[in-house]
Amino acid sequence: MAVPSYATPLERVWHYAYLAICVAIFFFLIAPIIVIMPLSFNAEPYFTFTEKMLSFDPEGYSTRWYESLLTFGMQAPDAPRDMSWWADAWANAKWVKAAKNSIIIGVSSTIVATSLGTLAALGLSRPEMPFRRTIMAILISPMIVPLIITATGMFFFYSNPCELLTIFGLTPQCGKLAGSYLGVILAHATLGIPFVIITVTATLVGFDQSLNRAAASLGANPRVTFFRVTMPLILPGVISGALFAFVTSFDEVVAVLFIAGPEQQTIPRQMWNGIREQISPAILAVATLLVIFSIALLTTVELLRRRSERIRGLSPQ
Amino acid sequence: MANTALDPHAAITTTASGVVAQPLTTADGKPLVRALARSQSRARRKAFLLVLPLLAFILITFVVPIGQMLQRSFHNDGFSANMPNVSAWFAQTERGTQPDDAAWQALATDLQASAEARNIGVVGTRVNYDMPGTRSLFTSTGRKVRDGIEPPYRDALLAIDEEWGDPQLWATMREVSSPYTANFYLASVDRTRDVNGDIQQVDENQRVYVMLFWRTFWLSGLITLLTFVLGFPIAHLLATLPMRKSNLLMILVLLPFWTSLLVRTTSWMVLLQQQGVVNDILVWMGVIGGSQRLQMIYNQTGTIIAMTHILLPFMILPLYSVMRTINPSYVRAARSLGATSWTAFRRIYFPQTLPGLGAGAMLVFILAVGYYITPALVGGSSGQLISNMIAQHMTSTLNWSMAAALAALLLGAVLVLYWLYDRLVGVDNLKLG
Repeated sequence: MAVPSYATPLERVWHYAYLAICVAIFFFLIAPIIVIMPLSFNAEPYFTFTEKMLSFDPEGYSTRWYESLLTFGMQAPDAPRDMSWWADAWANAKWVKAAKNSIIIGVSSTIVATSLGTLAALGLSRPEMPFRRTIMAILISPMIVPLIITATGMFFFYSNPCELLTIFGLTPQCGKLAGSYLGVILAHATLGIPFVIITVTATLVGFDQSLNRAAASLGANPRVTFFRVTMPLILPGVISGALFAFVTSFDEVVAVLFIAGPEQQTIPRQMWNGIREQISPAILAVATLLVIFSIALLTTVELLRRRSERIRGLSPQ
Repeated sequence: MANTALDPHAAITTTASGVVAQPLTTADGKPLVRALARSQSRARRKAFLLVLPLLAFILITFVVPIGQMLQRSFHNDGFSANMPNVSAWFAQTERGTQPDDAAWQALATDLQASAEARNIGVVGTRVNYDMPGTRSLFTSTGRKVRDGIEPPYRDALLAIDEEWGDPQLWATMREVSSPYTANFYLASVDRTRDVNGDIQQVDENQRVYVMLFWRTFWLSGLITLLTFVLGFPIAHLLATLPMRKSNLLMILVLLPFWTSLLVRTTSWMVLLQQQGVVNDILVWMGVIGGSQRLQMIYNQTGTIIAMTHILLPFMILPLYSVMRTINPSYVRAARSLGATSWTAFRRIYFPQTLPGLGAGAMLVFILAVGYYITPALVGGSSGQLISNMIAQHMTSTLNWSMAAALAALLLGAVLVLYWLYDRLVGVDNLKLG
């Protein structure tokens, strides 16, 4: 974007001022994320750059907060670092436990959200789908309804899921879902579904339905058509929808606060504790790791998006 | 003739030439209209069956729980279920009736019964919601009447506590004797009922909810405005740069979008603290003295800064996708016709960005109105929104009916906005990155 040749001097000045403003806004966007990275290597328990850090003195930096992620909650953190030390960390360290929980819950809820969501997106993209707009609005609503309301509703429902059946005059007994992995997984699947619907229906826009008919006319049954024709074409959209669903679950804390028990503490839940109680640079170490994780996810999604656009011939490359 | 029936064109010609029309049929002799309708409805059913599992899932895990929760906002049988006799007396008499002997007797038996069943706390809590400060009256009286109470009941109860004669208390018990009530909604707009059942405002020092709703909407509006002011130049720059450069810069927008909400909130806590990076830089530059460090967090400012940062991508992305499609030659044409660059922007470029602006602004506003995490962590007391109040009623005061009533009002506002968004933008136009 260059200044046009007919620009007046004032317009030239404005153009450069505009670029400066844009740089400042980009700085506002990215600086908070960048600044925590060096601070997480702080040797002191402070949240600001110490003299030693600013003079690049190696003594000002340390990896003690990263180590504390492993040792926090361990039974014998000071024992010699042999196999049993690592086994102890794997079994007892709070952050390791939280990471395991986050991955278990994230992956399971992503599988539920992606499989149900992709099926529904296929139905929603058919021109003959009845009540398309209303149903779409209902399916997207978990993203719009304030999380605190969703979590509150789920808290009551999951405490006694069978209460629903009393409307029909039944009084069955069933265990509660609150405080169980299943409860958290179902809640997170619900929250991830809108993202799957949005990305997969976006991929299906411009999907040539005659390809399905062509496959059928060549003798493929619906199952074969789906797996050999439709699926490969919409796969990039499905994967990025799945990644969105995973990130939603991986980042979610309100539903976990309300539904999860002490056994289902996830990384965000553990961070919430850390921020509210004794905030230490260990939080920044976790945050840095999470930023690196999101950079990896972002790269994957961008690559998928480009691939999808190339496959469907939407962008000339 | 069988051949003509098979060929639809032949049928049309016959009709057109005025000969009596044959009903069109399929190869196996069924009327074509009906066969078409059947195949269409089969296609519809197939499409619907694909959506059905998810729809059922969402209804069971999301819509029904919220409905159940909302039911608590107008249904609370904490009093009526445990105090059946006095509730029946209230149902039989008119509002304003002085309690007679039957009423006192019913009250005494109910108090004794629920004290024995250890439900007196539930009863006291329910009355306490409508008339603060009465819970202890119920629990302490319960302790005394548990082992029996002698008539005359009126004098016996008044001997235990004078407050039993308070007409306001009797009016409140009349209110809560029905399991269905609108009082939680009245309370969420800072209204209550007096002795005669008339609606009036609560005392000035207890008015919190209207102020909180007001603050929530006003802060959300301000945040929406700020995201617009910051997002518009960025979206414009990204939309006008060549694709390769803009894809590169887009990463700076998408990375915050993909980064955990808690991480971003933590970063702002680190940056804005009194001993934090921003204050340090200001002191180092000599803008402020070491003793006048700015309080930028744990108050409204903290909420505004952090939420603007977090919601900014939701404004930039829709604006960007609309701006990409604006043809630059319109602005050039305006300039060639003598418009100054400001006029060309104001009258030609800006109106074309309105769809993106509307979509972004509505999305940011809808998300901001329901925000909980960020205000809870960086908002202090002046930066709390209505969501935080709902959470407080859920987790610390345990007034679930009140939480449900506030949630119902918030949900109503959000759904109206969502409906508008769907009408104006369309939910299928939502894009992520």
